[in-house]
Amino acid sequence: MKLTLEVWRQKNGGDKGGFSTYELEDVDTHMSFLEMLDVLNQDLIVGGAEPIAFEHDCREGICGACGFVVNGVAHGHQKGSTICQLHMRHFSDGDKITIEPWRAKAFPIIKDLVVDRSSFDRILQAGGFVTIRTGSAPDANALPVATDTLEHAMDFAECIGCGACVASCPNGAAMLFVGAKISHLALLPQGMPEKAKRALKMVEAMESEAFGACTNYTSCEAVCPKEISISGIARMNKDFRRASVAGAEPAHGKKR
Amino acid sequence: MKLDARVPSGPLADKWQSLLDEIKLVSPANKRKHTIIVVGTGLAGGSAAASLGELGYEVKAFCYQDSARRAHSISAQGGINAAKNYQNDGDSVYRLFYDTIKGGDYRSREANVYRLAEVSNNIIDQCVAQGVPFGREYGGYLANRSFGGAQVSRTFYARGQTGQQLLLGAVSALNAQVAAGTVDLNIRSEMLDLVVVDGRARGIITRDTVTGEVESHVADAVLLCTGGYSNVYFLSTNAKGCNVTAIWRAYKKGAGFANPNYTQIHPTCIPQSGDYQSKLTLMSESLRNDGRVWVPKAVGDERAPNDIPEDERDYYLERIYPSFGNLVPRDVASRNAKNVCDEGRGIGTTKRGVYLDFAEAIDRLGEDVIRARYGNLFDMYEMITGENPYKAPMRIYPAPHYTMGGLWVDYYLMTTIPGLFALGEANFSDHGANRLGASALMQGLADGYFVIPNTLGEYIAGAKLEAVSPDQEEFNAARSEVEARTERLLSINGSRSVDEIHRELGMVMLDKCGMSRSAEGLTEAIEQIRVLKKEFWSNIKVPGTGEELNQELEKAGRVADLFELAELMCMDARQRNESCGGHFREEYKTDEGEARRDDENFTNVTVWEYKGDDAEPVAHTEELEFETVELTQRSYK
Ligand SMILES: Cc1cc2nc3c(=O)[nH]c(=O)nc-3n(C[C@H](O)[C@H](O)[C@H](O)COP(=O)(O)OP(=O)(O)OC[C@H]3O[C@@H](n4cnc5c(N)ncnc54)[C@H](O)[C@@H]3O)c2cc1C
Ligand code: FES
Repeated sequence: MKLTLEVWRQKNGGDKGGFSTYELEDVDTHMSFLEMLDVLNQDLIVGGAEPIAFEHDCREGICGACGFVVNGVAHGHQKGSTICQLHMRHFSDGDKITIEPWRAKAFPIIKDLVVDRSSFDRILQAGGFVTIRTGSAPDANALPVATDTLEHAMDFAECIGCGACVASCPNGAAMLFVGAKISHLALLPQGMPEKAKRALKMVEAMESEAFGACTNYTSCEAVCPKEISISGIARMNKDFRRASVAGAEPAHGKKR
Repeated sequence: MKLDARVPSGPLADKWQSLLDEIKLVSPANKRKHTIIVVGTGLAGGSAAASLGELGYEVKAFCYQDSARRAHSISAQGGINAAKNYQNDGDSVYRLFYDTIKGGDYRSREANVYRLAEVSNNIIDQCVAQGVPFGREYGGYLANRSFGGAQVSRTFYARGQTGQQLLLGAVSALNAQVAAGTVDLNIRSEMLDLVVVDGRARGIITRDTVTGEVESHVADAVLLCTGGYSNVYFLSTNAKGCNVTAIWRAYKKGAGFANPNYTQIHPTCIPQSGDYQSKLTLMSESLRNDGRVWVPKAVGDERAPNDIPEDERDYYLERIYPSFGNLVPRDVASRNAKNVCDEGRGIGTTKRGVYLDFAEAIDRLGEDVIRARYGNLFDMYEMITGENPYKAPMRIYPAPHYTMGGLWVDYYLMTTIPGLFALGEANFSDHGANRLGASALMQGLADGYFVIPNTLGEYIAGAKLEAVSPDQEEFNAARSEVEARTERLLSINGSRSVDEIHRELGMVMLDKCGMSRSAEGLTEAIEQIRVLKKEFWSNIKVPGTGEELNQELEKAGRVADLFELAELMCMDARQRNESCGGHFREEYKTDEGEARRDDENFTNVTVWEYKGDDAEPVAHTEELEFETVELTQRSYK
């Protein structure tokens, strides 16, 4: 199959960047999207040109490294998948495909399709954990967790932190990501003691980065490769509001 | 090279506790004065860095990805073992220990494996407390599944994403320490050399993959937790970035490399579909619980699988191994798949494939039950192949998956270089010649959460460490070497891409140092590797410069090291004149074609010492002493 690619090329953060066009003559339909780019890159390299930089590692849809916008849709049009899981059989001979990096203020472009997503990790470092010293945990079966609670938490825990939600949001908001991380721990009994503090810290960290606000476009949910629900955003807002009213520190029985 | 495993004396079950009772401690005030470098943020490195930071050490952690939570551990699917005996099916620490030793074909160190089984339960407790959502039963208590090589159900899991959830747990602990200021986390940093001062590991050289800056980092101890090297085969189930560089540079600085040839080729992966293929995808071993493996009886049978009648199919695992059937261990299943394909009975366009058929199970249990058990795997298969496994059998073929070999470590996880430790898949420690399913995650977390936080103290408290500076001679020399190498890779300016030559290396390795090996084939392979290596160093093309994000340059550096490793793997496989676990030598088999160990001469670990680029490395041995278990021939008939 023949394809025409319009790919965003940008040397570095300072460079203006622009689209370059590549004609591909013989694309096998069994290839994955990234393999199609590999083949193009081989030609570029041997021809002495710089290959297209894009991030990837597991190529199985789990590490969250890959991600760019294909024909206007984050991770391409296949629902519930990352770009590394999209195969070329979903395209047709003669198609023109536009490929762009995540575009969001909080994700500055490093090169071509590679962006800096470290803002996500700074949010996690602010409070995305349960404080538990190594070796001090009680027996794992000491605390039963109802299966539906567990499954619900797992639905949020599946987030791979790829950034598609931010890239697809007209405001560049990170609410789906933060909502998922907060919900995973807030739903489990293990996460309860630090629930308020966690919500405060993570939301504050999110607001100190260049993410936008959520105005309910829900485009994040539509592109999420793990199909994370926007109900996590509501939980995050609720936990945050409660925590703000109460203050981050736990209330004490006695006045001090 | 001195190989003292430093195994504590006393009965097997008391060794670890007696060491803990007597080990030297570092006072809290002193810990702060010691910098520990942890390279790698997978299960081993992530858990180690978090735990050491919490103890009060100054930790510097490194990974090559853009986030610690993307380490390759994230892609583990099936589960993690522990001897909890929550199923009341008779499991115990001893049984987990015994299964692991036997599964490894008696080529691992008893004391280390026993300790692994001992701490396995603490791992599950720790992870649950962090919020890892392991699967549970209706009463709210933890559930288990079964894995190969065991008769008890001891595998804990989080849907098909156990590795992801465990890693998110470990990295959340790491993040808590970053917030507390005890861990300095360096992403997009690739370790390119180890610095040894006065015989001790005292730092590393890294390259910032965005700016290209080469930096020196000083420490009192260095922990390498950099994972496995299955990518030497080009096509493997590993993430694309997995590499040998960190431990290879350590080897070249004097660390012994143990059993480099021991590789696990996993039987159930989606076969290669074309020359462009970039990696192979694992289909969980659990599928063999209900799937039946077969090929056509006749050579060259081109019919669609559903058109081949029952009596013209060969369910070869059930035929050859009536008692274990489709559930034989990984090495046995893989070798037999290769054999039937070698006979010309392979299926699919490449003829390197066998069927994994669920028709009988769907008939017996209904499609709904199969969907509930394996739905996500079936979906993944369909996404990749475009074929519906509910309607026609899956096509599978073995693929390189895990490397049991790695840096030699003693009971304290210290390598032959004082102050240099290796954890997780990067060391050789616990799996002998074959790893059982769901024990790699267990080992990585055992090493990181429970072993190193104790054993590191012994070294720090006992060593007299002079102050070193990043500007001193040893650091400058290592830096210049790294810079010169980068320059060299960029200046070859040949006509072939790194991938193209790497693919050729992979084919040689898979063919001659894969599921089946022979002295003759290995000798040929060494010759071929040398030729390819020359081609690599004279004819690759790496565009761009060293002062920017340059993914081809990163790749070239890794592949250069894989070439050197490949040669050592073949030498190692050639000297081991026996078959054991994943290492099958055609010359050493029983009359029935099964692996034949030579316990008299090879109950040992081979440890290689580097002697210079132009000299042959020297093989040393650590004899393995079995005080508790009796060595038997594995039989699955
Ligand atoms: C598809 C798949 C499924 C699996 N499923 C299971 C399973 O169900 N159960 C099980 O027990 N095991 C499983 N395994 C095996 C298991 O996942 C791995 O053995 C284990 O996760 C390795 O962990 P690690 O911490 O040693 O290394 P890794 O997780 O590989 O981490 C390596 C780290 O080192 C860093 N690194 C590497 N080189 C450098 C360098 N030069 N400079 C700086 N940083 C570097 C990386 O950035 C990364 O952070 C599976 C493996 C695969 C491939
Ligand atoms: S490369 Fe890991 S999710 Fe796509």
